[in-house]
Amino acid sequence: MTKVSMTVNGKSVSGNVEGRTLLSAFLREDLKLTGTHVGCDTSQCGACVVHVNGEAVKACTMLAGEADGADVTTIEGMANDDGSLNAIQQAFQDHHGLQCGFCTPGMVMSAASLLKDNPKPSEGEIREYLEGNICRCTGYHNIVKAIMAASGQDVSAIAAE
Amino acid sequence: MPKDGGIGASNKRREDVRFLTGKGRYTDDINIHGQAYAYFLRSDVAHGTINSVDTSAASAMDGVVGILTGADFEGVGSIPCGWQVTDRFGEVMQEPAHPVLAQGKVRHVGDPIAMVIAESLEQARTAAEAIEVDISELPAVVDMKEALKDGATKVHDDLTSNLCYDWGFVEENRDAVDEAIKGADHVTTLELVNQRLVANPMEPRVAVGDYNAGTDDSTLYTTSQNPHVIRLLMGAFVLGIPEHKLRVVAPDVGGGFGTKIFHYAEEAACTFAAKRVGRPVKWTASRSEAFMSDAHGRDHVTKIELAMDKDGNFLALRTDTHANMGAYLSTFAPSVPTWLHGTLMAGNYKTPLIYVNVKAVFTNTVPVDAYRGAGRPEATFQLERVIDKAAREMGMDPIKLRRKNFVTEFPYATPVAVEYDTGDYHATMDKLEEIIDRKGFAARRAESEKNGKLRGLGINCYIEACGIAPSNLVGQLGARAGLYESATVRVNATGGVVVMTGSHSHGQGHETSFPQVIAEMIGIDPSMVEIVHGDTANTPMGMGTYGSRSLAVGGSAMVKAAEKVINKAKKIAAHLMEASEGDIELKDGAFTVAGTDKSVAWGDVTLAAYVPHNYPLEEIEPGLEETAFYDPANFTYPAGAYSCEVEVDPETGKVTIERFAAADDFGNIVNPMIVDGQVHGGLAQGIGQALLENCAYDDDGQLLSGSYMDYAMPRADDVPFYDVDHSCQTPCTHNPLGVKGCGEAGAIGSPPSVVNAVVDALQSAGHKDVYHIDMPLTPSRVWSAMNGG
Repeated sequence: MTKVSMTVNGKSVSGNVEGRTLLSAFLREDLKLTGTHVGCDTSQCGACVVHVNGEAVKACTMLAGEADGADVTTIEGMANDDGSLNAIQQAFQDHHGLQCGFCTPGMVMSAASLLKDNPKPSEGEIREYLEGNICRCTGYHNIVKAIMAASGQDVSAIAAE
Repeated sequence: MPKDGGIGASNKRREDVRFLTGKGRYTDDINIHGQAYAYFLRSDVAHGTINSVDTSAASAMDGVVGILTGADFEGVGSIPCGWQVTDRFGEVMQEPAHPVLAQGKVRHVGDPIAMVIAESLEQARTAAEAIEVDISELPAVVDMKEALKDGATKVHDDLTSNLCYDWGFVEENRDAVDEAIKGADHVTTLELVNQRLVANPMEPRVAVGDYNAGTDDSTLYTTSQNPHVIRLLMGAFVLGIPEHKLRVVAPDVGGGFGTKIFHYAEEAACTFAAKRVGRPVKWTASRSEAFMSDAHGRDHVTKIELAMDKDGNFLALRTDTHANMGAYLSTFAPSVPTWLHGTLMAGNYKTPLIYVNVKAVFTNTVPVDAYRGAGRPEATFQLERVIDKAAREMGMDPIKLRRKNFVTEFPYATPVAVEYDTGDYHATMDKLEEIIDRKGFAARRAESEKNGKLRGLGINCYIEACGIAPSNLVGQLGARAGLYESATVRVNATGGVVVMTGSHSHGQGHETSFPQVIAEMIGIDPSMVEIVHGDTANTPMGMGTYGSRSLAVGGSAMVKAAEKVINKAKKIAAHLMEASEGDIELKDGAFTVAGTDKSVAWGDVTLAAYVPHNYPLEEIEPGLEETAFYDPANFTYPAGAYSCEVEVDPETGKVTIERFAAADDFGNIVNPMIVDGQVHGGLAQGIGQALLENCAYDDDGQLLSGSYMDYAMPRADDVPFYDVDHSCQTPCTHNPLGVKGCGEAGAIGSPPSVVNAVVDALQSAGHKDVYHIDMPLTPSRVWSAMNGG
C-alpha cells in the first residue's frame, strides 16, 4: 500500500492504495465520490471522465498513485458555489441532454474541457470531441444541443425541444 | 413553453439535478457495512463437459470468504422462463433447465462456473485464477440452420434436438397463403438477417445480496427494470423465499433497453450467497462480463415473400424465420419471435392473408431475449424491406405503393390476431413528406453527385404493439404472468401527493411526467407530487417498465387510483360544504358546488381526511389513500413514417446519415420534451443497428465482439440532428389518457429507413442488382455490394 495525497474538488484528501488501484476506484471506493461512473473496462465509454490538473482524463486510465499531488475535479465539484447548476449542467437540464444519467458526469466533464479550449465549438467539433463518450439513451441530439447552448450559441433553429 | 404545467407541458426533468451533480444513487453506489465482493469464474469455451472444479487452493488464498460452484446450487431451482410457446402441432416448447451456476456442462462462453467471494474484488479475482477447472471441450453449435440438422451436437443432452419450437401463425391460414402466393401476379422475395445485438445500457449490471439473520429477511439491490418481477421469479422459482421475506430494490438504473427485464443468475447467486456466508455480497459486472452475460437481442434469419396483384395490392405474405434462443431460455425469450413478432406482420397494411413460421433454436451462445422493440423491429425490418424491393420490381413509387395498401378504417382486425384501435397512416406519411422536402431531393442528390458521392432516400412505415398487455390474452398465449400495472396514490394531510408505482424509471423521466398527470387531474402544481418506484417494500405489486407500457398501463393505474382518491375527496368536500356529492366539482385545486359560489380548497379537504373532526365518519373512513390495478383491454398501436437520407462514398463504401426524419403518432402526449428524447435515443440505436453494431461469434462459439473495442456503439459523430414530429395524434381509445407509448418507436422504425436509403443510393449509380445488403452496412459490405461481392 502506498499513501497518495491530492486535492479533489478543492479539498485535500489522502488514502492508502495498492499500486494497481485506478483513480476511478480511489474516487468511488475510498472517497465515496460515486458520481464518477465506470461503464467499461477498455477506456472507451468516457463515463469516468474527470479533470486532472485542468485536463480531461478518463479516471479508469490513470492509477491513483499517478494522481499523487494533482488537482482533481469530479462531477461533484462542478456546481456553482451556491450549489446551483453551472452553465453546462443547466444547459443539459434545459435541453434534456440526459436520460438515465449514467454517462452524464463524463459528458459534462468532457463538455467543460471542450469549452475551455474552444468556447464556441461548431456542431461538428462537438460531435468529434465527444468521440470518447458513449451515450446509449439520448441519440446525442440533445447533448450536442446543450453544449452549443452552454457556449452561448442560439439553438432555437435546431429541431425539437 | 408552459412552465411546470400539467399534461402537454415540456416540464424540465426534476431527476436531472441529482444526475448532473453526481448524486444519483445507482446500485454500484450502494455499499453495505461488512459487504464482501463476488467474482464469477466463467467458461472460456462455448461447449464442454465439466469433469471437475477444484477450489481447494483458491479457498486458502488471502481474503477468500467462500467459493460456490454448481454443486452448491443443486438444491435450488432453475432460472425460470416466463413464457411457454405452443408449437404449430399443439406441443409445448422444449424447455431446458438453467442452473444458477453451471452443472455438468458449460453451454456458452461466459456461462458461470464458480462464484468467489472475498474481502475485496481484487482478492476474489486473484483467487478465481487459482481454481482448477477441468473441461472436456465439445463441438459448439453456433449457426442456427446447422444446429437443426440431423446429428448436430445437442446443446442440451436431455432435449430431443436443438429445436425449441416450430411455431406457425396463423396455422389455419397456411394453405390459403400458399395458394394466394402461387396464383399472384407478382411475388417479391427477400432473404435477410436481423443481426444479433447487445443492448449495452451504459451502467453494467450489479447485484448486492443482503441477509438479516435476525429476521430471516433477504434483500437484493439490483439493476432491474422490474423489481417485482425479479422478486417473483427469484423468490418463488429459484430460491424458495416467499415475497414477504424478500425485498428487491432497483434504485437509479443506468438504462435498460430490455436487457434489465430478465432475472439473471448473478442476482440469485448474490442473494443465496449472502445467507450462506453471512455477509452482504456485491457483484459488479465489468463490461466484458456484460457482453457475455447480458441477454442479447434480435438474431433472426428470415425469408419473406409478398404476393401482389398487377396493381400492387397486397394479397398475401409468408415468412420463414429462424430465431436464436442462445444456450438457455431467458425470461421472455420465447415470446419475442412469436407473439411480439408474428402479430405485427400486417404492419400498416391491409394484407388479407398472412402466415408466419418461426423455428426457435438453441445454440452455444449467450441467451437472446427482448431488446428495444423486441420482435417488432424484426417484423418491421423485413416487411418494409420487402415492400421497398417490391416497389422497385413493380416500377412503383415506394410511398404510393404503401399508401395504396394502408389500413384506413378503424378498428381494424388484422389477419394476425390483433385489432388496431385507431390510427391515421396517411396523416403521418403526409407529415413526413412535408418535413423532408421530398421534392428537393433531386437537387440534393445532384449536389452530392457533384461532390463525388451517391445520395439515397429511404422511406418506410412502422407500427408496433405497446402497452403490454391484456393479462387474459397473454395468458392464453403462454405468458406465465399477468401484465397489469399498479399504483397507490397517497394524499398527505397538507395536500401533497405521493404516487407509489409498479412502473420503473431508468431514463424515461417518470419522476417528472407522472406528476404532470396528477397535477392536471387535481389542479395543483406538479411539485406537490412525488413518485416512488423501484422498491418492492414500498410499492404495490407491479410488472415494471418495458414495451412502452409505463404511461399506457402504469399511468392508467395511477389515473384509476387518483380517480378513487378524488371521488372520496368529493364526499368529504360535500360534507364540509353541506352540499350534495353529485354537485361537487374539482378544478384548479378547489372543490366547488355547481351553481353556487361555495368553495373549499384541496388542502382543506385533505386536512379534514386526516383530522376528521367535522367529517362523515359514519359513511367513510378517515384518510386519503387508494390503490388501483389496471389491466389493459388491448395493446396500443403507435405508428409512423420515417425517412433517411444518406450519402455513400463510392470509393470506400462509407455511409453517412445526412438527414433523418420521424413522423410519429403516439396518441396523446404528456411531456413532449421527454417524448422527443425517447425518439432520438431509439433512432440512434436503430441507426447503430443499421450501420455499426454486430455481435459476432466465430465457428467455435467464441464471442468476437466482447468489448467496446470490437462492438461498434454509435458515437456522437455517427448520427445527425434528427427531425422528429408527433403532431399527428389519434388518441388510444381504450386507456384513460389516450396514450400509446413512445419508447421503442425510433429503434423499430429506423433500420429499414437506412437500408432503403443505401440501396436507393446504389441503385441510382446503376447497381441495379443490389436490392439488399445485410446489416450492419459497414463500408466493407457496401463496397462489396457495389463491386459484385
